[in-house]
This record gives sequence, C-alpha cells and structure tokens, in this order.
Amino acid sequence: MTIDASVHRGGDEPGRSVPAASLHVKNLLGIADLGADDITLLLDTAVAMKEVGSRAIKKVPALRGKTVVNLFFEPSTRTRTSFEVAEKRLSADTLNIAASTSSVTKGETLVDTALNLEAMAPDMIVLRHASSGACHLLSRVCRSRVINAGDGMHEHPTQALLDAFTIREHKGRLAGLKVAIVGDLLHSRVLRSNLLLLTRMGADVWVSGPTTLIPPGVERFGVRATWRIEEAVEGADVIMMLRIQRERMQGHFFPSLREYFTVFGLTAARARLAKPDVIIMHPGPMNRGVEIASDVADGPYSVILEQVANGVAVRMAVLYLLAGGVMEGV
Amino acid sequence: MPPVMDADRMGRTLTRIAHEILERNRGVHELAFVGVRTRGVPIAKRLAARIEEIAGVHVPTGALDITLYRDDLMRHAVGPQPLVRSTEIPFSIDDKKILLVDDVLYTGRTVRAALDALIDFGRPQSIQLVVMVDRGHRELPIKADYVGKNLPTSHQQSVQVLLEEIDGRDEVVIEG
Repeated sequence: MTIDASVHRGGDEPGRSVPAASLHVKNLLGIADLGADDITLLLDTAVAMKEVGSRAIKKVPALRGKTVVNLFFEPSTRTRTSFEVAEKRLSADTLNIAASTSSVTKGETLVDTALNLEAMAPDMIVLRHASSGACHLLSRVCRSRVINAGDGMHEHPTQALLDAFTIREHKGRLAGLKVAIVGDLLHSRVLRSNLLLLTRMGADVWVSGPTTLIPPGVERFGVRATWRIEEAVEGADVIMMLRIQRERMQGHFFPSLREYFTVFGLTAARARLAKPDVIIMHPGPMNRGVEIASDVADGPYSVILEQVANGVAVRMAVLYLLAGGVMEGV
Repeated sequence: MPPVMDADRMGRTLTRIAHEILERNRGVHELAFVGVRTRGVPIAKRLAARIEEIAGVHVPTGALDITLYRDDLMRHAVGPQPLVRSTEIPFSIDDKKILLVDDVLYTGRTVRAALDALIDFGRPQSIQLVVMVDRGHRELPIKADYVGKNLPTSHQQSVQVLLEEIDGRDEVVIEG
C-alpha cells in the first residue's frame, strides 16, 4: 500500500488534498503478493463497506459503468453469490459465466474463453478454477484486473481476508492471537491463504489434523503442527475448522468419517479447552458430524454466518481498491 | 499571511450560526446534524453542543463519508483510490430537518455527492447547508443556508479550516 496525501483528484477543493491509497498489486492473485499494509488497507476499507450493507438502500455508485465477469469453473454458492452481491452494491455491471453453461464444455481452453470475454471489454475478471495457478495464467494474457476466487489447492485470498476481518471485529487485532486451524490441511487453499495472512499479521498459528493430511514442511510457514487437536485448541482465541474435501482425495487418508470425527472433530468438550471468549469459524460448506459437531456449529461461539456476511464487505473493498490504479512507480 | 479567522472569531461565528439555526427553524423540533467527513464532523458536533447550551435540547449528530459518491472516482486509469471511511448516521433521517455541515464550500461538488448519499438513507423533510467558509467559484447550482464567513478567493489559492479536534488549533487560513 502506498499513501499519498498530496493526491488531488479534480472536483474537490484544490489544495485540500484527498487522502488516497492504493494496493501494491494490480490483481488479487493471492495473499502471497500482499504486504501487511495492503492487508490493513483492505480490512479498513471493508469496515466502511460493511456499513453500506446496513443501509435501507444497499447501493453506492462507486463502480458505475464498470463491468465485472464472474468466471466460475468450479461449483460455488457462497463465493459466487458474495462476489455478485458485492459488485451490485458498488453498482458494477456483472456477467456470470459458469463452466457448465459455457463453451468450455465444447473444448475451449481457459485462455481462449478469457480472451473472447475480454473482447467485450470487462474491467475485472473474478476467476474460480480447479487448477492451481489458473489466475496467474489469466493475469498474464488479460488486460482486465484478475481476482482469484479460489484456484485449485493454491490460494483463496478473499476467504482469508474475510476470516481476518471477522477475527479483527471480535478481537480488535490479529497480532498475538492464538489461532488453531484444524482439518483437511493437505487439500485446502483456504489454509494456505490464511497461513500467509495470519503469520504476516503476527498471529500465533497452530495447525492440526491427521498426519496423513498435514502437508510436509508446513512449519516453514512459521506455524506449529500437531496431530493432537487438543494441543492446538488449548488456550486458542480462534478455532478455524476446515472441511474434509472428499472430492479432492485420491487414496485413503483416514479409516472412516466416524473415526475422523471421534479423533479430530470439534466437539463441545474440545472447544472448552480454548479461551472462554473463543470464536469458532468455518469457511463452509460444513460437514456436520465430520469436522464439527452440530451443537458447536450452531452454538454461541460460532461466527460462521458472520463470516458469510463479512465476505460481501471484504469483496467490495477488493473490487473498489483494484478498480483504481496502482501508484505510478510501484 | 495572517489567519483570516482566529479561535475567538470562529467560536463567536459558531454561536451566531447556532442562533440562526434556531431562529430559522423556530426551535429544535426534528433537527439533526450530519457532518461531511473529515472536518464537517467536529463542526457539526460543536454546533450541536451550542444548541444544547442555548435550548437545552440534545440534537443528534451523524458523520457522512462521500467518497463512494464522488463524481471524479474512476475517471483516472492510474492513480490511487481515495480512502473510504465509515458513514455513521445512528438515527433515521426520515422526516428530519437535516443540517448538512462542511468546512469549505467551493465548487459544490462535495455537497452534490453528500445530497445523493443522504437521499439513499431516507427522505428528510428538508436539507439545509451549513459551511464555515464560502469561497465562491461554484460549478453547480448550490447555495449555503448558513455561512460562517464569505471569503472571496482566486482559484490558485487554497482555504484551510483548521480545527482543534484534528489540527490542534482553531484557525482559518488562506494559502498560495
């Protein structure tokens, strides 16, 4: 992020500068590209965006005349709707393209699909794809800004941002918090984005799951790994559960779902090991009775539905900040 | 250049405007202040405090950020985005007499954006405009109802209203 207090944008009083800032990046491909100041700018902007969602008329004219393409090659309910609501609240025009209804089924490649869409001059493309790196590829061939809505097992940056926003709303900070992330660590793009973000912001992160689902070398992210969920959640300020992604599993990682729940599921008894004001998160969709017990998911410490609501505000912030420019010389 | 207004003068001006507001609205019934961020907000709070001293009635005050309504957003392919700050209007503006407060009235574009933003919050009975300084050079058909000081200026000059709450002192200065 760069703050330039001397920026003057025309219409207002000359000489009275408008405080302005931009991200260091043109595209949101992953948290890996963001600095701590970028993350703070995004989260601060999202606070203002959240207020827009509480108004009777939930719409502001900021992105009037901008076109955003939502290009989704994987099934998604939450992320796609959340982006679409965010775009509409900022008055952008939106186009939704799902792989199942597009020419992809006729054999068109990702790049060809994107270039054809780009011929219609969209300003931004929001991409969800099953292959890691698909957004990076697209950003090299497209003029439009590219926003990663989840690429394979790589990153899901807006999810990590909305998780951080939710944590900050409850705890007032990220630095110094003990965050336990439990579940299918191996197949999770949410995990990677969250590890990058939380460690960058100074949180103390623990990960836990069956040893077969702990990625080798995860400690290099600066986190602590344990197969004992009790050790991870003890004294935690935040517990983040990850979904068991059966659709991505090739091979056997644990004997049965029932056994998984017995050893690694978040039950009320395990949640009690955490701090008394713990918040319990899940990026959805939840497998009740597999990674999380229903009474915990619906209990008073759960902020799972707040995460969904905050997703809209965070995505509005991403769209607004990327719709501007990068500071020259950055 | 010496200041155009010092702290004493600004204080007396705010007291005068508070009396004018009460006179013109025949009391405080349905009145509410909305300050335009940044410097309209402390001015609005001070006016509300003056009115409470004079009439003994609390008048609600809100803060409006007009960034998302600016008419120059997205006109530049490069360059940073103006920072968006929170709008906080903790009351319904429906059927209220809204006193919209800003520090300097110049082109009128900020007020245009503020009017659009306010209308998205409801349907006030009326909107009246309060400014500390009117420096002329309007580009839109907008006029203030209460003016602290009319200050003829050239386009090249810049008018700064400094406030204790933000700048550490009360002063109006012309620069350039």
